[in-house]
This record gives sequence, structure tokens and C-alpha cells, in this order.
Amino acid sequence: MPAEGATPVTIETQTTPPRAVGGVGVVIEAVCKEFRARGGPVRALDGMCLRAAPGEVVAVVGPSGCGKTTLLELICGLMAADTGTVSCDPAVLMPQRDLLLPWLGALDNAALALRVRGLSRDDARAAAAPWLERFGLKGFERARPAQLSGGMRQRVSFLRSLLAGKPVLALDEPFAALDAITRAEMQGWLARVLDAEPRTVVLVTHDVEEAVLLADRVIVMSPRPGRVVRELPVDLPRPRRRTEPGIVSAREAILEALGVRA
Amino acid sequence: MLPALAVVLALLGAWELYVDLGGVDPLVLPAPHAIVASLYDDRALLWSNLLVTATEIVLGILVAMFAGLVMAIVIHFSPVLRRALYPILVASQAVPVPMLAPVLALWLGFGILPKLVVIGLVSFFPVVVTTLAGFASVDVELLKLMRTLDAGRLETFRRVELPTALPSVLTGAKIAIVVAVIGAVFAEWMSASSGLGYLFEQSIAQLLPARAFATTAILCALSIGLFALMTAAERRLLPWAHQQDMEGDR
Repeated sequence: MPAEGATPVTIETQTTPPRAVGGVGVVIEAVCKEFRARGGPVRALDGMCLRAAPGEVVAVVGPSGCGKTTLLELICGLMAADTGTVSCDPAVLMPQRDLLLPWLGALDNAALALRVRGLSRDDARAAAAPWLERFGLKGFERARPAQLSGGMRQRVSFLRSLLAGKPVLALDEPFAALDAITRAEMQGWLARVLDAEPRTVVLVTHDVEEAVLLADRVIVMSPRPGRVVRELPVDLPRPRRRTEPGIVSAREAILEALGVRA
Repeated sequence: MLPALAVVLALLGAWELYVDLGGVDPLVLPAPHAIVASLYDDRALLWSNLLVTATEIVLGILVAMFAGLVMAIVIHFSPVLRRALYPILVASQAVPVPMLAPVLALWLGFGILPKLVVIGLVSFFPVVVTTLAGFASVDVELLKLMRTLDAGRLETFRRVELPTALPSVLTGAKIAIVVAVIGAVFAEWMSASSGLGYLFEQSIAQLLPARAFATTAILCALSIGLFALMTAAERRLLPWAHQQDMEGDR
């Protein structure tokens, strides 16, 4: 906690999320995970492997039910694997729906992680406010989630995840609930944010274009039980445009791996 | 408001005509004008008894809400206690109040205490049930998110589960208020020397049906008034539950 009379800069330094330097990134080796269901055991993951170096963005694409969410929960330490190793830096989960607390304003929602860590309400707000501005939400500090558009809510949700100060971000289809235009805007926005604030990112998405636009590597998963079908590096310079030939051919390759006629 | 008022006035008009022209014994069904007269003539009596009953109800509700909240929290945190206590809770509601009230009078005398017990007993059940439903309505994904933000059990409860359940708690309180009025009347019938329930009983015994009806009207007004107060409190405490959504999203 900063001393009395400390300048805002002191607060910022204390709570600015750490860069993704050093650490182990994400290492998942030969992981199997089974759940008990009414019809018998359900094998969600079977020999799944995933590696993400610190600062790398890895996208995971696969059909529904292939175990993508289970994968993210393993990365975040919410459950343990049955077999195999899971070795990850601390991770924060950004869920598919924004799940902002309806009784708090945008600023208080974004600052939730700071409050949990023990900062006072004023300190937490002061730390989160400049970030809210950077994310284009100036003037909406007191607005409740019901008063924000879908894109704005996702931005607050992302900021909340970012301010948790963890080196790994596990994003579960973050833009799936948005309309197509907002989604396209948000993808560009996220690319710029990750450029300014690099993290180790594991991005689960149905949107192949999104995967190719944002990731350094794309992993294609099989239907349940989930394992890796194909791994595709995306060695294109950033900022990337949807219509560049490199992007288009990468999309084609992934759709093929998914068994979809492009 | 106006359409409801018009309906009430129409019904009163029909009632008046029925008694005046239909040859009904006024001892059985007094005319509205007699009831209004009693409301005026007996106003001092009605007011003093109203205070007694209102005090019982307000205190009883406060006890019920506190006990209900505590019970719900305990059950929420301990699956063992849930299995142990919930069936007993439900069973407690099956005991008919008219049977319970005289027993309590024997134990606790004729003061305010047996009435508080009766009121507390009938009104704490809705609070427990709705509060538990409120806790259960918290999104599982949100609980997972809180864990990744390093929030402990208590922290998550305080920041997420409790505020999420608040609308349900207040809904339970609204039900409890209405039930408490009924409970108060029953309790007073069994063991009281004052209060609106007692006055009602006495008025019937004294062959003063107009006064009895007037007492009932005051009881109704009390019930409606408390309910309205609770609704107003709800609006103040839950501003986020009454807002408009933005357009343009799925």
C-alpha cells in the first residue's frame, strides 16, 4: 500500500501487470482428463499437448465439445489432470460471457482483482482508471454493465483479467457473443492491446480468421476426445490484415485440417 | 392505481346495495357505510391496537430475516448441515399455527414473546428458501473466474454470492411480511389482551360486526403498507435490477 501523499505514479508501479518475461509459459504434456457423466465416463482430453513460450499467443481451434474449455481450466489450475503434466505460470481466465458484476460500475468491475488482492476501493479505482481510458472507455467509469454495449463489456472483462497481474491469459472464445461487426473491431483492438502489453496467451476460438489474425501458432484439435490434429505456425508480421494472402492461405490450411471445405 | 380504485368502489357500491335492499341481517354482513362509521367512531381504539400489532409484526420480521439469513448462510456453506436442517425446516412449517400458539402461551405467557415466536416461525421460512435459491443462482463460470483472481471462499461469498442473492432475499422478505400479518392475528387470537387480532375476536363476541370489519380493513391496510415499504426498499437497495439494457447485442 502506498504511503500517505504518494503520487499516482507509485500506485501505478505497484499494480501495473507484470510483463510476460521469463517463467515457463504454458507446458501441457500428454494430458488426459475424464469426467463422470450419466452415460458413463466421458474422456474430454486424450494425450493433449500444448506449449506456449512466455509472450507467445497460441490459438486453439476445434469443433464444439473437443475439450477446449477443459484445457483452459487445466491451465488456470481449476482442475487437475488425470495423467500427464501441466506446468504453467499463473493464469487468469477470461470467460466467454463477460460475467461482469451488475451492481458495480465499469471501473469497479475492472478493478475487481485489485480489490481481491486487498487494495482499498480508492486505490483500486485510481490504479484502474488510466487503463479504462486507454481502453477507450473514458466517461463510462460509473456505468453499470447493463448500460454498456457488448463490445464495451468485453473490454471491461478483458481489463479485469489483465489487471489480475498474471503472466498467462486464458481466453475462452472472448468474442463469440458479439455481433460480427463488433467482433471484427474487437479482434483488431485485442491485437493492438497484446502488442502494447505482451502476455502468454492461450486463445480458444471457433473463428478461424480470428485465430490467424491474433496468434503466433494455431493448434487444431480433434473432436472428443481432444488431441492435437495439426499445429500451424503463423509467421506473418503484425499488424495483420484480413485480406492479405498469408492470412487467407493460413485460414485455408486450418479449415482443411478441421475437415471443412474452404 | 385509478382502475383498481374504480373496481374497489364499484364492489363497495354493490355491497352497499345488497345489504340495504337485500334484507341481509346486518349482524352477519354490515353495510360499508356502517364500517366506515366504525372506522371513524372507534378510531382511537383501532389506532392503539394497530400500534400493538404493528410492533409485533415489525419486530417479528426483523428476527425472522436475521435468523433466516443466518440459517441460509450456514446451510449454503455446509452440505452436512443442509441435509440435517433442511428437512426439519420444512417440517416446521407443517405445524398448524392454531395448535402452536396455545402451547407457546403456556410456556411463554401472554406478553409479546409468544407472538414473536409465532411470527418468526412462519416468516423465516420464505426468507431461507428464497435466499438459498439466490445463492444457487450464481453463475458457476463466475465462481471459476473468482478462483483465477485468487479470491478465497469468503471473499467470493462477500463479493459475488451475497450481492447476487440480495434480490432473492428481499423477495423472501416481501412474502414474509404478508405471512407475518396472518401469523400475528392467529397468535393474538390465542393469547392476547390487545392488538388487532384480539380486537377482531372481541368485536365478534360483542356482536359488533361493523367494528370487526373495520379491524380487518385496518389489517389489510397494514399488510399493503408494509409490502409497499418493502418494495420501495427494494428499489433503493437494488438500483441495478431496474435498468434498461443497451441495444445492438445478441
